[in-house]
Amino acid sequence: MNTIHDMGGMHGFGAVVREANESPFHADWERRVFALATAIPFAVPFNDDSLRPAIESIPPERYLASTYYELWLEAMTKILVGRGLLSRDEIASGKARPLPKGVEVFPAVKAADALAALADGFSARREAGKPRRFKVGDLVRTRNDHPATHTRLPRYARDKIGTITRDHGIMTFSDANGRGDGEQPQHVYAVAFPMDELWGPAARGGDKLYLDLWDDHLHPA
Amino acid sequence: MAVVLRAMSDHHDHHRRAGRSDIELRVRAMEQLLVEKGLVDPMALDAIVDQYETKVGPRNGARVVARAWTDTAYKRRLLDDATAAIRELCYGGSQGEQMVVVENTPAVHNVVVCTLCSCYPWPVLGLPPVWYKSAPYRSRVVMDPRGVLAEMGLRVPDTTELRVWDSNAELRYMVLPRRPAGTEGLHEDALAALVTRDGMIGVAAV
Repeated sequence: MNTIHDMGGMHGFGAVVREANESPFHADWERRVFALATAIPFAVPFNDDSLRPAIESIPPERYLASTYYELWLEAMTKILVGRGLLSRDEIASGKARPLPKGVEVFPAVKAADALAALADGFSARREAGKPRRFKVGDLVRTRNDHPATHTRLPRYARDKIGTITRDHGIMTFSDANGRGDGEQPQHVYAVAFPMDELWGPAARGGDKLYLDLWDDHLHPA
Repeated sequence: MAVVLRAMSDHHDHHRRAGRSDIELRVRAMEQLLVEKGLVDPMALDAIVDQYETKVGPRNGARVVARAWTDTAYKRRLLDDATAAIRELCYGGSQGEQMVVVENTPAVHNVVVCTLCSCYPWPVLGLPPVWYKSAPYRSRVVMDPRGVLAEMGLRVPDTTELRVWDSNAELRYMVLPRRPAGTEGLHEDALAALVTRDGMIGVAAV
């Protein structure tokens, strides 16, 4: 999706401003949004491959005017409303209606189970997948695709030549999962791009930018 | 600089005050609805907040770094298979399932970003600071890393190769900073106290 979230290489955003002794949260509602986004997927199966497209489809002017957890709240609401588990009426009135039949949900996760699951993590690694097409040292060219759906290949690195430096093994493919086409597990590789390949001759070719790219993002160069 | 920071902070406070009651009410209403529907348990929400507000944070990563500085076999394992080596110190899990640790040396300086969103190694660094998720950092550090680092107070010598890691996939990155000079006599706990979050992102030296 070629929209505002994919901001690598944009001008005009100004200086990076750090806050001294910053706390993880800046308001109580941020705590609750973070916890809701963490707890809800135990009851309503979705993962980052659903949450991120939901964030990315927020119109760019609203994306930029929102704080981080406002984006999470809007994306979460969109997912729940989209699955029929929550309605705008309920949010407006504060009155809950019974859950619709036929939508797969699980009971609310308990504290101990949530913490145990978070400590284990939710690995994207899979035992098997598409055969690997590349190996360390191979030169690759990234695809020149502009899907209207979720992709992990940023705009600034499309149709660029890099070198595979590491094979991370087989993982679920977020681009496919994010558009509802299943996990399509495949190899993920660290790919090094000289800075001047990405940004032109004014950039320092000796400096490198690394991306982790799935097999389907790459052509042999 | 202090004036600029103050102005930003006032601006943010104003923004927050203006929008606060509305969003607090909306979030509270949403939580209440989801509790009534049986989809979330408020005690689980409390536990999740407590975990990431008080238990998981950059002190974890600092212990990993201090161990690597004092134990060369551990450092080798950390650079070879960071997920397993970090597990040895009992850290791991969500947003750290596949860890990679990259080492700063006189020849190479590493810095981490997530241009598409906010990917960050929670088990070792906690939740990301606002600046890491902000448009200025995400947009600029991939194209002008030396300029951004210089603005943040870190000048990378011309003779040092700069490596920017855009964590766009399911790998999460932590920088192993260089051990400061003059710390030869310090033991692991004292070394860990020197390690900063920004050093482990790569935007500061330790």
